[in-house]
Amino acid sequence: MGGSTLLKESGPREVFCGLTSIVWLHRRMPDAFFLVVGSRTCAHLIQSAAGVMIFAEPRFGTAILEEKDLAGLADAHEELDRVVKDLLRRRPEIRTLFLVGSCPSEVIKLDLGRVAERLNELLRGKVQVLNYSGSGIETTFTQGEDGALKALVPLMPITKSDQLLLVGTLANAVEDRLISLFNRLGIERVVSLPPRQSTELPAVGPGTKVLLAQPYLTDTARALKDKGAQILQAPFPLGIEGSRLWMEAAAKAFNINATLVSSTLDPLILRAHKAIEPFRTQLEGKRIFLLPESQIEIPLARFLHRECGMELIEVGVPYLNREMMQPELDLLPKGTRIMEGQHVENQLDRVREKQPDLVVCGMGLANPLEAEGISTKWSIELVFSPIHGIDQASDLAELFSRPLHRKALLNQNQLANA
Amino acid sequence: MELTLWTYEGPPHVGAMRIAASMKGVHYVLHAPQGDTYADLLFTMIERRGERPPVTYTTFQARDLGGDTAELVKSHISEAVDRFKPDALLVGESCTAELIQDQPGSLAHGMGLNLPIVSLELPAYSKKENWGASETFYQLVRTLLKDTLKEDNEHDPTAWKTEERHPRVNLLGPSLLGFRCRDDVLEIQKLLNEHNIDVNASAPLGASPADLLNLPKADINVCLYPEIAESTCTWLERNLGMPFSKKIPIGVNATQEFLEEIHDLLGMAPPNQNLLVQKSRLTWYSKSVDSNYLTGKRVFIFGDGTHSIAAAKIAKEELGFKVVGIGTYSREMARAVRATAKEFGLEALISNDYLEVEAAITNAAPELVLGTQMERHSAKRLGIPCAVISTPMHVQDVPARYSPQMGWEGANVIFDDWVHPLMMGLEEHLIGMFRHDFEFVDGHQSHLGHQGAKQHQFDEPEENCFENLPKTDSSEIIPIWTPEGKAELAKIPFFVRGKVRRNTEKYALQTGCKSIDSETLFDAKAHFGA
Ligand code: SF4
Ligand code: SF4
Repeated sequence: MGGSTLLKESGPREVFCGLTSIVWLHRRMPDAFFLVVGSRTCAHLIQSAAGVMIFAEPRFGTAILEEKDLAGLADAHEELDRVVKDLLRRRPEIRTLFLVGSCPSEVIKLDLGRVAERLNELLRGKVQVLNYSGSGIETTFTQGEDGALKALVPLMPITKSDQLLLVGTLANAVEDRLISLFNRLGIERVVSLPPRQSTELPAVGPGTKVLLAQPYLTDTARALKDKGAQILQAPFPLGIEGSRLWMEAAAKAFNINATLVSSTLDPLILRAHKAIEPFRTQLEGKRIFLLPESQIEIPLARFLHRECGMELIEVGVPYLNREMMQPELDLLPKGTRIMEGQHVENQLDRVREKQPDLVVCGMGLANPLEAEGISTKWSIELVFSPIHGIDQASDLAELFSRPLHRKALLNQNQLANA
Repeated sequence: MELTLWTYEGPPHVGAMRIAASMKGVHYVLHAPQGDTYADLLFTMIERRGERPPVTYTTFQARDLGGDTAELVKSHISEAVDRFKPDALLVGESCTAELIQDQPGSLAHGMGLNLPIVSLELPAYSKKENWGASETFYQLVRTLLKDTLKEDNEHDPTAWKTEERHPRVNLLGPSLLGFRCRDDVLEIQKLLNEHNIDVNASAPLGASPADLLNLPKADINVCLYPEIAESTCTWLERNLGMPFSKKIPIGVNATQEFLEEIHDLLGMAPPNQNLLVQKSRLTWYSKSVDSNYLTGKRVFIFGDGTHSIAAAKIAKEELGFKVVGIGTYSREMARAVRATAKEFGLEALISNDYLEVEAAITNAAPELVLGTQMERHSAKRLGIPCAVISTPMHVQDVPARYSPQMGWEGANVIFDDWVHPLMMGLEEHLIGMFRHDFEFVDGHQSHLGHQGAKQHQFDEPEENCFENLPKTDSSEIIPIWTPEGKAELAKIPFFVRGKVRRNTEKYALQTGCKSIDSETLFDAKAHFGA
């Protein structure tokens, strides 16, 4: 235990709900469709968070509840059947359909599990129908991915053979790189959840060792454990150190000879240190405040402190899973303020009081803080960008140094012009 | 239940947020779960605002539902009032809170707060954003003014004469996330000032509750955006006797009519016609010889009601285009848009389904699309030039430069914005002449390149013309293009190639041709006069 100061607060929050995960999940599995059962708000949230309107035929949509669905005039279950059939007729290429619960569907107690079951009987394997909740009353932002992956677990075939299972959406290129490194270490079978095609689910079983690539997959990890898999405890693969410990955890579980591990990783680490150095110089001694949103705040803070020399003023997280975060917490400096939950007004007061050099926050808060002269980094960008692994460490550092660099540049030029 | 892949309008509480965020001294407590806070980014990202919208979300969670959500609402209200010290408080709920029926409005009223409270009931399962904005503005104005109402609502719009002052008007309807409202207000203010008419207040954008209390000091109201302000204007007319103007000053003709209407309502002598027409360059630019090529350009229009109707009139009367399709996503404006469509001999498309709109565009085979950001994307896919004329918009529709849509300058902006995506007249002629030369690369448009990332319409002009055409009914047998026919088609400039191809196929079907060669193509061209 590194001795972080674990704090909690509650009040008005400024966090996306779990539906937002659809933004990257639908890209990962192009043969899947995400159908939110919700309101116009839910539809508007996803399209606003994605910031896109470019899809001719997007792979997500919302079955918007209407007055008559609520008044019981129309049987909501039958209505949903109708919408799903329409959708599948229009989109025959869909192999997996996720019915995604929302706040309204949960409050009116629409049983999507039952709907999925019935549709599965009806469709007889042509399309697999699954359900999970992305509602804002139950989930935040990245937790939606946890729900979606957990829904896939029961469909995973059983295997007894030894394999490494990487869990959590990674950028394809990053994933390929990590897999080839594991192969070099002598771990032959490396599979991923989610797969790149929803129909190509990896198997799971007693020989499976799981490395979580993302820190928000609590429920999925538990479901995999129930299938006999072993969840490896490690920090998350952000930064050089985190990525090394993460890979080493797998190597150890597969009894890989330590010399092979160091002869494989050491050159990469050496190179990565060189690459990160210019950014480290810029970030060193700078003070950072992370507002809660994506749930990767703690691993990021660990990286920014230990590898970039940043001072951590406060590290916010929507919720804290102590067990899963322990290896990360152990690496944080003594007295780090970890704030679970949020009172956005009070938290912004603290930001103003501390005047950090950089704030990690959601898109709603970024420009207002910039207007107050405080540099920001969008947390949603960190969920989309290829930042995992030793080779990406300098890119990750660059993401944080860019706003500081820019600020310095503009200030300098503006002074020169004044 | 309605399958929605993308929605033109947000939920009604986003409309309420637009009113709150447009004003000063107004705070909105919204009973809503945490995910609904996404709406802040509409203001801070799309409008690039340096302030958070003045909204406190209660962000209740599932575990609160068993307990006392009413207490949660009250504590958020009192905290918000303490912290932000607003002059007026809006209280309402989003879709989810509507289902749990805490009635935050009545809770707020019961708290003994000493400020005007507006309890908003915005049915989230039947209404949308613009309706929500309109209702919120109306409820706010009503709440603030209802106690000042007198028995006799005698109001003399010509009182300025006896009071020996300039006539005064209110500009009602401009709001954040409205299309170019920021600049329209300035332009209209300038326009009215030229005629010695003062602006008493402009609301909701930039107004405080105190300004709303002063609305009755104006002689008349100017309803600039009916989507947002018509219900308020109607209420002010009914209860205070203040007449309001109905002409929307978008385009040269409409601006002229607008001025005439305002003068008339105020009892002023009509403005001098001859002076007016010279005020905008659109009129002369449209008459200039280069604009000859604009004649009969086929244009498809889709957007909110106000901007679509205005666009159709400008297109036809001021630019000599041919309107080949018009529609709106706004149910509230459906009737008005239908009426305009009828004048043009068209049937209006009233739809909230962008794929239906895209299909209609494809069928109409326009040479220019005037639409929302979504139509810009559709047009890009179809390889058709497009200009954005209406919300929903994108960060690039809030330009740094002054670019109103209304008034004389607005007409100038419209000329540029609509014509630039097309080709210059002389240029079109030259391309026609030189297109067989080897130097000529199909799709080369260096002047379009200057506009950078904004105009990608010509990104994939070549093949898409073939692929993106509507799938004809499967019962029809599509005639086969001979290689020679295809080669001739390839010589047609890409921006009309789709249309020529369709017409030729139609012609071949009509005449029973099984295959299309260059002769068929020329026959068809002669037949359709294309
Ligand atoms: S918080 Fe709830 S109602 Fe709001 S967008 Fe998310 S799921 Fe929909
Ligand atoms: S440079 Fe631009 S404006 Fe000039 S001819 Fe070429 S495309 Fe036209």
